[in-house]
Amino acid sequence: MTDTTLRFSQVSKSFARGKDRVQALNNLDMSLPPGSITGLLGPDGAGKTTLMRLAAGLLIPDSGTISVLGADTRRQARQVQTAIGYMPQRFGLYEDLTVQENLDLYADLQGLTPVAAASRQRELLKLTALGPFGARRAGALSGGMKQKLGVACALLRAPQLLLLDEPTVGVDPIARRELWVIIQGLKEQGVTVLMSTAYFDEAERCDEIILLHQGKLLKKDSPAAFHQPLNGRCFLVTQAVVSKRHLRETLQHRASVQDARILAEGVRVLCRDTRPHAVAGEDWQIAAPTFEDAFVDLLGAPEDPDAEIMSDPPSAAPPTDQKAETVVEVRDLCKFYGKFEAVKGNTFTVRKGQVFGLLGANGAGKTTTFRMLCGLLPASSGTLQIAGVDMRHATAQARGRIGYVAQKFALYGNLSADQNLAFFSAAYGLRGKTRQTRLDWAQREFQLADYRNVNVDDLPLGIKQRLALACALLHEPPILFLDEPTSGVDPLARREFWQRINALAEGGVTVLITTHFMDEAEYCDQLVLMSLGEVLAQGSPQEIRDQAKYPAHPEPSMEEAFIHLIQEHESQIRRAS
Amino acid sequence: MKLQRLRGLIRKEFIQIWRDPSAIAIAFVMPVFLLFLFGYGVSLDARHVPVAVVVDQPSAETSAFIGGLQQSAYFTPQIYGSIQAARQAVMTRRADGILWLRGDFSRQVLQGDTTSIGVFVNGKDANNARILQGYLQGVWQGWLQQRAASAGAALVIPVTGQDRIWFNPALRSRNYLVPGLIAVIMTLIGALLTALVVAREWERGTMEALMASPVTMGEILLGKLIPYFFLGMGGMLLSVALAVWLFAVPLVGSFWVLLLCSSLFLLAALGMGLLISSAAHNQFVAGQIAIIVTFLPAFILSGFIFDIQSMPTAIQVITHIVAARYFVTILQTLFLAGDVWPVILWNSLALALMATFFLGVTLRRSRKRLD
Repeated sequence: MTDTTLRFSQVSKSFARGKDRVQALNNLDMSLPPGSITGLLGPDGAGKTTLMRLAAGLLIPDSGTISVLGADTRRQARQVQTAIGYMPQRFGLYEDLTVQENLDLYADLQGLTPVAAASRQRELLKLTALGPFGARRAGALSGGMKQKLGVACALLRAPQLLLLDEPTVGVDPIARRELWVIIQGLKEQGVTVLMSTAYFDEAERCDEIILLHQGKLLKKDSPAAFHQPLNGRCFLVTQAVVSKRHLRETLQHRASVQDARILAEGVRVLCRDTRPHAVAGEDWQIAAPTFEDAFVDLLGAPEDPDAEIMSDPPSAAPPTDQKAETVVEVRDLCKFYGKFEAVKGNTFTVRKGQVFGLLGANGAGKTTTFRMLCGLLPASSGTLQIAGVDMRHATAQARGRIGYVAQKFALYGNLSADQNLAFFSAAYGLRGKTRQTRLDWAQREFQLADYRNVNVDDLPLGIKQRLALACALLHEPPILFLDEPTSGVDPLARREFWQRINALAEGGVTVLITTHFMDEAEYCDQLVLMSLGEVLAQGSPQEIRDQAKYPAHPEPSMEEAFIHLIQEHESQIRRAS
Repeated sequence: MKLQRLRGLIRKEFIQIWRDPSAIAIAFVMPVFLLFLFGYGVSLDARHVPVAVVVDQPSAETSAFIGGLQQSAYFTPQIYGSIQAARQAVMTRRADGILWLRGDFSRQVLQGDTTSIGVFVNGKDANNARILQGYLQGVWQGWLQQRAASAGAALVIPVTGQDRIWFNPALRSRNYLVPGLIAVIMTLIGALLTALVVAREWERGTMEALMASPVTMGEILLGKLIPYFFLGMGGMLLSVALAVWLFAVPLVGSFWVLLLCSSLFLLAALGMGLLISSAAHNQFVAGQIAIIVTFLPAFILSGFIFDIQSMPTAIQVITHIVAARYFVTILQTLFLAGDVWPVILWNSLALALMATFFLGVTLRRSRKRLD
């Protein structure tokens, strides 16, 4: 027995993509100490999933060796797979099978005796609180429950090493919190956990963080060690007069400010040196560094830091104020799929130039609401008006006035970036000189010059997102709908994306956006918090956080507010029934 | 190989089959649909063929002739007043042929002169035209014999054929089509269904979770093979039952031999499906490949409808790699001719070789890896 659970020695792995080979991992050396929780972070395409699959013996390295609990994954894959628990992305469950049947299958595959299986399953059902749902099909579970079932299946044999590939993507904050309780419990039992994640707050809770970038190990250390070099370089800036969004914009352009992002309390700034760079009216307070700061510091801007993002917003309009005209008006909107009520009587309004966010976990009804707003799906009942047009009757007329970015971007994968732009400009009926002007604008504003002839399938997710946004803005729509534009996109690309959205809103474009990242809520002017088809709360981020305020918790974060509101809502339902 | 793991996989597969209507549809609804389509819809026999009859001068002689025509089950004679009208009927597809008794027909017959009957056949469908031609000839030969008999004289034809039709005495094309159809149905169940369900595991990410468990590749393959073997045999039994009881196709040979040969063929078809799924990890591609390389050849190149002997030599050679070809031969022999051992044994040997080949290659190709 060796002293490490998992050891990579000089591991390289590449994949064929068309004629080329892509280097997914490059000379990676690392090891996990037993009984630790290690977070695996990095931008898209950094090699996180490849690393996970290599560790599970599902891929064989081109060179180098990987040993899991003393067994070599190349020669002793079976032995490795008997000792580990592995949950792939999307949880790897059989959706036609019930919770119990899934557990039975994996108990058989792991070779548990019926008696051992029964007692272990009882234990796991209790741990995951899935007990009451044993007879429910996995496909009918919420995202959070699927995630817990996936973990339970991976834990049947009480593995010494648990590998979780993005277990918390698209899962609501409560489920994320519950998963962490489970993981902490496993750690106490001596299980070693390796999990990849896109959430910085999760990274903070790990014993160690592995930061991957382009297949290379950038840094592997404790969160504290990641923070250490940044002490004194982080500030919280507040300004009484201008909006946070505007403040962020000015700070970002200030020399020696490396990064500025909006938080509940103000604008968070990471400087290149340790001196504050305050301007009159601003209040700079030193703040403790977080892993997010370290991430930005180590990875830097994705490209061309000097490039102006949205120097030329698509259309000019007066800045937002509370009296701005109403652009979207939704009243008692319902949608039934058969007997299932996906959206339950939503009512909200959006004013011109606002960034309007729909927040909620997967399955909350965000996308259904969106599709009805865009006229892609008929509403079961209720009224909805977009730019004064009733979407139930004059959809074609209204559609010319909206831009829509669908989930996963809906670009043509085997066309190049240029060809996609050309197609969408034609589809929106742009012609001649106008068309050329708009195409040039898109190339310039979205910095797509380097990718003109690259097929979309081969683009990183962040660039796809940029291209999709460019395509949706070609016809200069005054209203922009973005459905989960940041899902799966790495943190740096997300940050850049929000800068663009802010710039668009400043230019008078009304933006409606869905997301399951609670921290993105702070970028919105108005929010609707959704859960299981219902609106839990709406208002500005501050108003929503205020709703969750109580003496023990005077300054709740958006995530805490969300959890509080869901729990309160559930207890109301229970009381009512 | 561990029995517990295999049992777990098989149970999972049966639950999925039971809950997912598409597998049941392919295994049980598709055979019924195809059998009804081919059993009732497609017929290679000529029956009740509409024939336009033109009689220039009606008389006792002509009505006797037409009476013979009307009694035949092969024709539906329609009387037209002029040859122009009859031609129009053929053009507009109301009739497939014309029988023209000219103005001097009765006179010449009564005089004992040689007379001629005008026969026009729409040759668009060459096969049908030839059948119609033969039938029409039969009609007036019958009429001549009858006339001769009633006149007390024997019609002298120097050579006559003694017809005996073997194996399908009623000459029902259904008896020939339905057994072959069972081979096509089983190709569909065996190859298409397995290719699709394995691709589905890849698509939904469950294959990755399976592979990360201590299960072996052999167990995964057997876990697919066994459930779909039973499903396929179920579809086969249903088809045989429909063939025998609904379509009244006689099963002359032994049922047990039929069962045994079907198992061999099904193994070959399942092997093809698994081999396809080892290459195509997406349901759409797997389905396309399965249809092009297994279902269409089974339909066209197996001798199920199209006679292999009349294909060009190059195509005839190709038919030897179509597993359905051997099974169609076995089925048609077993249903209509009985246990003709030389035919059954040689074709079964071919099926056994193909099953071994496909399953062997699949097992060799499949590794527990994602790349």
